Amino acid sequence: MKKVWLSLLLITSSSLLGVTADELQVAVASNFSKPLEALATVFKASSGHELKISAASTGKLYTQIENGAPFEVLLSADSKTPKKLVDAQLAVAESQFTYALGKLVLWSSQKDYVDAQGEVLKKNEFKHLAIANPETAPYGAAAIEVLDKLGLTQTLAEKKVQGENISQTYEFVATGNADLGFVALSQVQKEGIVKEGSVWQVPDDYYAPIQQDAVLLTKAKDSAAAKSFLEFLKSPEAQKLISSYGYGLPKAQ
Amino acid sequence: MLSPEDWTAISLTLKLAGLTTGILLVIATPLAWHLAYTQRWWKASLNALVALPLVLPPTVLGFYLLILLGPKGWVGQSMKSIGLDTLPFSFTGLLVASVLYSLPFVVQPIQAAFSGLDRRLLEAATTLQARPLDTFFSVALPLSKHGFLTATVLGFAHTVGEFGVVLMIGGNISGETRVVSVQLYDYVESMNYQAAHSLAALLVLFAFSVLLSLYYLNRGK
Amino acid sequence: MSTLSVQFRLKLAAFELDVQLELPAIGISVITGSSGSGKTLLLRCIAGLERPALAYCKVKEIVWEDSTRNYSLAAYQRPLGYVFQESCLFPHLNVQQNIDYGRKRLRLRSNPSQSLDTVIELLNIGHLLKRSPAKLSGGEKQRVAIARALAVDPQLLLMDEPLASLDQAHKYEILPYLRRLQWDLQLPVLYITHSPQEMTQLADHLVLMDKGKILASGELQAVLTRLDLPLAQSQRASSVLTAEVFAYDAAFQLLQLRFSGGVLSVPHLALPKGSQLRVRIYARDVSLALQPPASFEPFNSLHAQVLGIMNQAVGYTTVSLRVGAELLLAQVTRKTASFLQLKHGQIVYAEIKNAAILS
Repeated sequence: MKKVWLSLLLITSSSLLGVTADELQVAVASNFSKPLEALATVFKASSGHELKISAASTGKLYTQIENGAPFEVLLSADSKTPKKLVDAQLAVAESQFTYALGKLVLWSSQKDYVDAQGEVLKKNEFKHLAIANPETAPYGAAAIEVLDKLGLTQTLAEKKVQGENISQTYEFVATGNADLGFVALSQVQKEGIVKEGSVWQVPDDYYAPIQQDAVLLTKAKDSAAAKSFLEFLKSPEAQKLISSYGYGLPKAQ
Repeated sequence: MLSPEDWTAISLTLKLAGLTTGILLVIATPLAWHLAYTQRWWKASLNALVALPLVLPPTVLGFYLLILLGPKGWVGQSMKSIGLDTLPFSFTGLLVASVLYSLPFVVQPIQAAFSGLDRRLLEAATTLQARPLDTFFSVALPLSKHGFLTATVLGFAHTVGEFGVVLMIGGNISGETRVVSVQLYDYVESMNYQAAHSLAALLVLFAFSVLLSLYYLNRGK
Repeated sequence: MSTLSVQFRLKLAAFELDVQLELPAIGISVITGSSGSGKTLLLRCIAGLERPALAYCKVKEIVWEDSTRNYSLAAYQRPLGYVFQESCLFPHLNVQQNIDYGRKRLRLRSNPSQSLDTVIELLNIGHLLKRSPAKLSGGEKQRVAIARALAVDPQLLLMDEPLASLDQAHKYEILPYLRRLQWDLQLPVLYITHSPQEMTQLADHLVLMDKGKILASGELQAVLTRLDLPLAQSQRASSVLTAEVFAYDAAFQLLQLRFSGGVLSVPHLALPKGSQLRVRIYARDVSLALQPPASFEPFNSLHAQVLGIMNQAVGYTTVSLRVGAELLLAQVTRKTASFLQLKHGQIVYAEIKNAAILS
C-alpha cells in the first residue's frame, strides 16, 4: 500500500509541475531539424514548454517508434509514415496534418551550371546526377517523377547516383562529385536567396506534393503540451517561419 | 527468397572483397615486413596510421575520401589533369576505399607473423647463399603462412561487411557500387523487412562460417 | 702456408670488438673465452652478418672484405658454412630439403665438387632424410645442421658452440664425427666452445678472447701451457700430448703409448698399433720429483725440464715443462714447489698419475 501511495504522490507532483513547463519529446525528419530548432525557441517563449528534439531519417524514426521510443510528436518527411503509425495504432488518426511541403530543386554547386528552366538536364553534358534514394526518400521519388515527366528517365539512367537520403545527396553535389542533383530547396536557400551555385526550382505540377506530415503519437494522446505544440505549428507565426526555410505551405485545411 | 538485384549485389560484393584482398596482400606484405623490422623513428607513426581505420568510424574515412577523390580534392584534380575519371560512384573508387578501410586487417596479422619469425632462421638462409628476396620467399613466407591465412580471411570478410565507406562514396549504383550491405540498408529503410531478413541471415551465416574456418585452420597454433 | 687473416673493429652499444688474427687455413681453430668476450660476434663478422666499421677478411688468398677499399662480399656470396648454436633447421622443410637448401643455390653459380653422400655417411644421417626437423633428437639436429652447412661446398666452416645445447651423451656421439670430417674434407674450421673437453679434443689452433680482444692465439699446446693466461691458471688446467700406440697390455688393459718425451701407459681398450692419439693430462694429475721414483709403474715417470713457474692464488704453483718435443703442465702445492726449489731450466721427473685418451 505504501508503495502505491508513494507512486501516486510522485505522479501528482510531476504532473503539477508539468502544468507550468513540460518537456516535449519530438522526433523530426533530419531535413526539418533546423527549422524545428527555430520553431522550438519561439514555442518556448510563448508556452514555456521545452522541446527535446531527436532528428533521424523518417524510416529510422518509424522503427524506433515501433520499438517503444519515448517520442510524443513525429514530424515526418512524408505522409506515408504517419499514416502507417495511425494504422498500427501508434498515432492518433485525427491529429495528422501537413505542416510543410517539400520543394524540389535541381542544384549545382557551380555558378551558372543549372539554368532557370532546367534545360541542362536535356543537354546531358554532365557525368553524375545525384538523387535521393526513391525507395526511401520522398525527394528521391519526386525527382524520379520529374525525370519521367521530362521523358529523361531512360536517357539519364546511367548517370544517376543515389544518396541514401536528401542530406547525402546534397553532400554529393556540394563536394562536386556529382555535377548536379535534385535536392530540397530548404538545403540551398536562406531566406529566399540561393546560398551557393545555381538552381532550377522545379514547378510544383511536375511532381506530387511532398507532404511533410505531423502526427501525435498514441503515447502522448493526453499530453496538453504536445497538443498545444501541434496547434502552434498551424499558427501564422509558425507558418511564416517554416516558409522562410524554403518550404511550401499547405493550402488551408 | 533472393531477388536478381540481391544476386547482383552479392556477386559485386564478392568481386570487391576478392580484388581488395588480392591488392591488399600485395601492398601489405612489404609494409608489414618494414613495420616488423624497421627501427626508424617513423615506425610508431606508421603503425598508428595503418591502424587508424580500426578505430575511425567508416563514415569519417568515407567523408574524407569523398572530398579528396572528388573533383575539388587534390587527388581528384590530379586524376582529372591526367585525363582520368574521378573515383567516387565507381567500382574502382570502392576498391580504393576498401583497400584503405581493410588495410589494418591484412597488415596486422602478417606483421605479427613476421615479428614472430626466428631471425636466426633468416640468417641461416643467408649463410646458405640465399639472397634477401630469396630468403623472404623460401623461409619467411612459408613460416608466416598462418598470418597470411588470417590476413586473407579477415581482409575478405571485413570488406564484405563494409558499409559506411561504401555508403559515403558509392552512390548506390546497381552492379557498380550497390553491395550487399547497402542493399540490406535500403530494405530496412524502406521497411521491406522480409527481403532484409534473407540478406541479413545470409551475411550472418557468411560471417560465422568465415570465423569458424579461421579458428579451425588456426587450431593448435 | 695459406692462411686466414681477419681484422675487425665493431662497436655495439657498450661493447667493442677489436681483433686482428692470423690463423692457419687448415685444421680446427678453437675460439674460447668467457661469455660476452665477443666470440660469436667475431664469427658473425667473418660470415658478413655484421657491419663492422673496420673490416678485413681474407680466406685462402681470396679477399672477402676490405673496408679500406670499400669492398665487401654480401653474406650470401661468401663461400662458408655456418653451424649455429641451436641447429636453426628450417621447420617447414624435411631433412633432405634442409640439406638441399644451400646446395640448390650453390648449383646456380658453380658446380659442387664432391657429392654429399660422403658427408651424409660421415654424419650418419642417411636414415633421417625424410623426417621433419621437429622429429629429430638434439644430436641428430646438429648433425643435419652440419651436413647442411657442408653442402654449400664451403671454403671455411664456422661453428658456434654446435654442441652446447646437447647433453654429455650426445656430445660424445658427435665429437668423433667432427674430427673425422676435418680430416676427410680438409676444411678449415673455426669452432667456438666453452668446453675444455671439446677444446682439447678438437683444437689444432687455439684462440683465447676476452672483452672483445684477442688474448692469445697459437698452437693448442703452446696456448694451453702459457702460464700468463687464465687457461693454465684455472683448476682444470691441462695439457695435450700427441702419442702413438706401440703395444697393449691385455692382462691389465693398459695401452702403451710412445711420444718424443718417453712412454706412457694408460688404462684403455685395445687400439691398433701405430694409431696417432691425443692424450690430455690435467695439471693436477702431474706430480714432480727430483729423483726418479722407485715405483712399480716406471713408464709414467717422464724426464722433464722446467720452462716456467707461476704461483696461484690459493697455495698452488703451476709449472710448465718440456718433455721431449711436447709441453706439459704440472700443478703442485706451493709447499712442494718450495721444497723442490724449482727454477727455470731445472731437470725434474714428472709423474703422470692419470691421462685421458681423446681420440
